[in-house]
Amino acid sequence: MTETRFEPNIIAFVCNWCSYGGADIAGSMRLKYPSNIKLIRVMCSGRVDPEFIMEAFRSGADGVMVLGCHPKDCHYIEGNYKALKRYSMLKPLLDQFNIEQDRLYLDWVSASEGEKFARVSREMNERITKLGPLNWKKAVGPIRSAEVSS
Amino acid sequence: MSDKPKIAIYWCSSCGGCEEAIVDLNEAILDVVDAVDIVFWPVAMDFKYDDVRNLEDGELLASFINGGIRLSEQEEIVKLLRKKSQLVFAFGSCAVMGGVPGLANMTNREGVFTRVYKEIESNDNPENIVPQTEFKLDGKYDLELPEFYDSVYPLDQIIPVDYYIPGCAPSPETITDAFTAILKGELPEKGSVLSPTKSLCDTCPRKDTKPDKIEIERFVEPQHYDKLDDGRCFLEAGIICMGPATRGGCGERCINANMPCRGCYGPPNDVKDQGVRMMSALASLIKTDEEEEIPKVIETLPDLIGPLYMYGLPSSILFRKNIK
Repeated sequence: MTETRFEPNIIAFVCNWCSYGGADIAGSMRLKYPSNIKLIRVMCSGRVDPEFIMEAFRSGADGVMVLGCHPKDCHYIEGNYKALKRYSMLKPLLDQFNIEQDRLYLDWVSASEGEKFARVSREMNERITKLGPLNWKKAVGPIRSAEVSS
Repeated sequence: MSDKPKIAIYWCSSCGGCEEAIVDLNEAILDVVDAVDIVFWPVAMDFKYDDVRNLEDGELLASFINGGIRLSEQEEIVKLLRKKSQLVFAFGSCAVMGGVPGLANMTNREGVFTRVYKEIESNDNPENIVPQTEFKLDGKYDLELPEFYDSVYPLDQIIPVDYYIPGCAPSPETITDAFTAILKGELPEKGSVLSPTKSLCDTCPRKDTKPDKIEIERFVEPQHYDKLDDGRCFLEAGIICMGPATRGGCGERCINANMPCRGCYGPPNDVKDQGVRMMSALASLIKTDEEEEIPKVIETLPDLIGPLYMYGLPSSILFRKNIK
């Protein structure tokens, strides 16, 4: 029997002005980071509605990262502070749903920090690999809908 | 029988408050009874399931169903009513979103049975008997009970729903407006919630006291706050008031009784998950910007799911707690 290695599904919301640039630089510098991290570019980390994060977990993500500009560096002045506050509250909320707090991660990556982007991506991947799959739909049983049952 | 349109009223996993709300229409209920024939209403009148089975498909103009779905019997009857009805109305918070009984999605069947039949202090159940779907009595009588599901479902996860009448319970105005719209043929497009789309804050009697910028330094639970009657915006004091993430139309009954909104009318149209949307709003009101200070403010809230999902856990994005 061959054992298939678990490759987590990780969604990373990256802000247009800093972190996406950081990811870009990581590419130009030919740094290695796990290919199973799927980037979604948003205008600001403050635009990441916690609904998106829940939707990601429900749709099969094993981990979600939100990367934004460093404090005081936000293109929209305070979007990253809003992201930080929502993230700080979302973690204990997800915990009550029994989603491990490590599955959600927030960090600041500037447009010049290609190294940091690659590092947090690798670390995130390691953490989630260790935690194993979340598989929300299976974990909570079939979520029924009228289309399915009728 | 007359040729008045026929309607049915049914209850599932609910408390009976929705039926009470219909009775509370007082004399207005006479207009309703004048206009329609109630052919099925188990709480108030004597009917059998066969009365419904014997109807033609689509013979009922409308079914009003309250309560979430948690038993196989409820699933069976609402599917039957769907077949017999031209229109199905989810009536009240439980049918619309799962309601307070939907908080049982924080546990499962085993958890509910253990608590209710084994642990509760006033129980006298030395043999630890819990409900079973089949049981043979005296070796010869086959007894059956409906199956108790692991989760509570809002009505529209079981059958297609045409209209939603929110509220715990729906206010008399919400109900009369809905009945008037049906009888006059003035219903909006299918899938609509029959209540205003604006948030409760918009019509809140305390809205003028809301400061331009709310800054929360700590959260307070209403039972630990002695100035609930000072007429000021609850959020300003750090009390969770679901107003910003809740649809208006309820008549601000709780606010007028000096209690914060609990969210029974559900989210406005553009919101998918009432609880997390409210969480998002609360979080951005936290005053401090210091990374180490923010969690200290959040820790003043002992529970998040209770206040944020009091009515909407089964219709939330995540649906239930993951029980491993």
